[in-house]
Amino acid sequence: MAGVTFPTTESVDFLVIGAGAAGGVVAKELATAGFTVVVLEQGPYLRETDYSHDEIKYTFQPGLTNDPKVQPITYRKSEADQAQPMKAIEYGRQVGGGSVHFTGNYWRFHDSDFRERSLFGEVTGADLADWPIAYADLEPYYTKAEYDLGISGLAGANPFEAPRSKPYPLPPMPVKSSGVLFDRAARKLGLHPFPAPVAILSQPYQGRAACVNCGFCESFGCEMRAKSSTLVSVIPVAEETGRCEIRPNCYVRKIETDNAGRATGAVYFDRNRRGIFQRAKAVFVCANGAETPKLLLMSKSKRFPAGLANSSGLVGKYLMWDNGGDAQGLFEHPLNEYKGIQVTRLIHDYYAADPKRGFYGGGGIDARFDFYPAGFALHGLPPDAPRWGSEYKKVFETYFNRTMMLMAHTTSLAQLKNTITLDPEVKDAWGLPAVRVTFDYHPDDVATMKWMMAKQIEILEAAGAQKTWSQPYDLADNMPSRHLMGTCRMGNDPAASVVNTYSRTHDVPNLFLVDGSNFVTSARQQPTATIQALAYRAADHAIQAAKRGDLG
Amino acid sequence: MNSTRRHWFSTCLAIAAWPEVLAARQHAHTVAGSPTPHFETLDANTAAEIEAIAAQIIPSTEGPGAREAGVVYFIDRALSTFAIDDREAYRTGMAQVQEKRKELFPNSTTITSLTGQQQITLIRSIETFSFFELLRTHTVLGFLGNPSYGGNREKVGWHAIGLEDRMGHQPPFGYYDAQIDGEKKWPA
Repeated sequence: MAGVTFPTTESVDFLVIGAGAAGGVVAKELATAGFTVVVLEQGPYLRETDYSHDEIKYTFQPGLTNDPKVQPITYRKSEADQAQPMKAIEYGRQVGGGSVHFTGNYWRFHDSDFRERSLFGEVTGADLADWPIAYADLEPYYTKAEYDLGISGLAGANPFEAPRSKPYPLPPMPVKSSGVLFDRAARKLGLHPFPAPVAILSQPYQGRAACVNCGFCESFGCEMRAKSSTLVSVIPVAEETGRCEIRPNCYVRKIETDNAGRATGAVYFDRNRRGIFQRAKAVFVCANGAETPKLLLMSKSKRFPAGLANSSGLVGKYLMWDNGGDAQGLFEHPLNEYKGIQVTRLIHDYYAADPKRGFYGGGGIDARFDFYPAGFALHGLPPDAPRWGSEYKKVFETYFNRTMMLMAHTTSLAQLKNTITLDPEVKDAWGLPAVRVTFDYHPDDVATMKWMMAKQIEILEAAGAQKTWSQPYDLADNMPSRHLMGTCRMGNDPAASVVNTYSRTHDVPNLFLVDGSNFVTSARQQPTATIQALAYRAADHAIQAAKRGDLG
Repeated sequence: MNSTRRHWFSTCLAIAAWPEVLAARQHAHTVAGSPTPHFETLDANTAAEIEAIAAQIIPSTEGPGAREAGVVYFIDRALSTFAIDDREAYRTGMAQVQEKRKELFPNSTTITSLTGQQQITLIRSIETFSFFELLRTHTVLGFLGNPSYGGNREKVGWHAIGLEDRMGHQPPFGYYDAQIDGEKKWPA
């Protein structure tokens, strides 16, 4: 591990909590601008040599994600219920965070995503609002992220995409059989399939080698450093400045404030569970849509009795979910979908909401195969397939290489009643309160998923599938939610939001929050590009403010 | 296992789940190196009974099944490593299965001594038990999981599903992308 070590007794310019998709970006921007930075990360500091193609470790156990054995999560459908232990949410828990084990999908938001309330009006039972910023405000930062991190894709191929100032830095990845079948079928139906934009290198880039098509992207860390996680892209740049220390296995329990109400640093448990205080002039919390509100709610003080930066009462509110659903199809010839990255083609034709559908919502559909061998044999077969015996064996043996899937990524409407709170009873292995998730779908979310499912089946049939199937709908199917959004909403009004347009809290001038928690709407899932664009923008603002002496 | 991986595990010792994974890997390494695998968690009789059921879940018809893949060795190892919490479920679950066997075939003494058809009848009568789902899951993991856990011997499970175990692949990957030479063509 390269880089500098700062004594905890000294104040650094910036403390960044969480070394994931956003925290890695923020650390690199601040350090390269000349500031000293300490990054505290709950999880370990792993390298590509630590990873393997071990399905049991990474998909049947929490290999790279939060482990409920040591950090329990509790879940309830509504405030009236008693929350029960359940891994309702999941997040990447190591240096690089979720950008290490994610599938790599890298969608920009559409222009309309920032002003859905104005475009479509009120949605009964939902708290739909416009973002306080527009696509044009974020565009330069999307471009910066794509070039800094290394994104492959084809500009102009998606007719629904908002204008972009530059093409992708890398061409798209090689198309798979699922992509070819999907592309042909979608065109036959008058749709507009396009090559998937992904955070995976199709060619060598900035000293990293191109992807070798091993197929172990989703849930796995990349052994080739070809997945453009913050771990292999921006974090090394931050460390090379000599001004950034990544401190793994450090679990923050409280952000401290002074009498003037400014953040002074954070108290954390180090790997030996000793309590340490790191002083800093300003603090960025990039801990994800669950851990960020949890930390703020734990950081109560006399001055901030409802939790830090929570004068609006909205910290932890408006939790949005990883909505979608999948349909599968069996084809005549081998697809060998286990080879290559997961997704190579998708459509955004159904992205925009359409009042004619009778509900609010929309989504994208991608072609993929989301299974590894044992997971497929256990959870991927048609509902009418036998579950054991010679017929069962024959089905999983002959289906594995001939099956593909269409996955929808759909709207999750913000609702005040869906929350992250501190569980009053259940504690984690450090004695801190467990995250308590309260969540239920908005009826339109369910209607959107069902409507999209019919479209998915239609496309699979147009592709010539011999058989199609989908899993029955249940909230449990979309657990754990991996996209955690909305819990520290961005806005201009301090009474109706937690952070301002630069991800800076309304209440504490030297405290920034940037991750999925800022999201006012969920768009159509795939939040990573927007999380990272927001991180570049927030860092840019913080740098200017610090240079003016505006951060203390 | 290289030094980096060991370092990783040593940094994670505060986290309860990781020593179990470490133990599983060490165990797998030890057993893989020994000429005749032995059982560490199960007694030989119980192991044979479990194997008889696993061999009906994934039978050895038209190619190797759970038996040839060494699924029972995978289960034995799992029960002292990552699935250590499932030991009690196996103890009570197997007792339930034996009860059922006695009920259906009063003159029998073991599952292994039943005919294949009798074993199938027995499994039909237990397939709604939660223990059966656990055993089914472990059987599939032992057939298709990474061979370092003691199952999927000689990668028989991966061969059965047509998976080539390679560090990387070159396009074209399948029949349909081969039709366009696996190029980065768009539209395809």
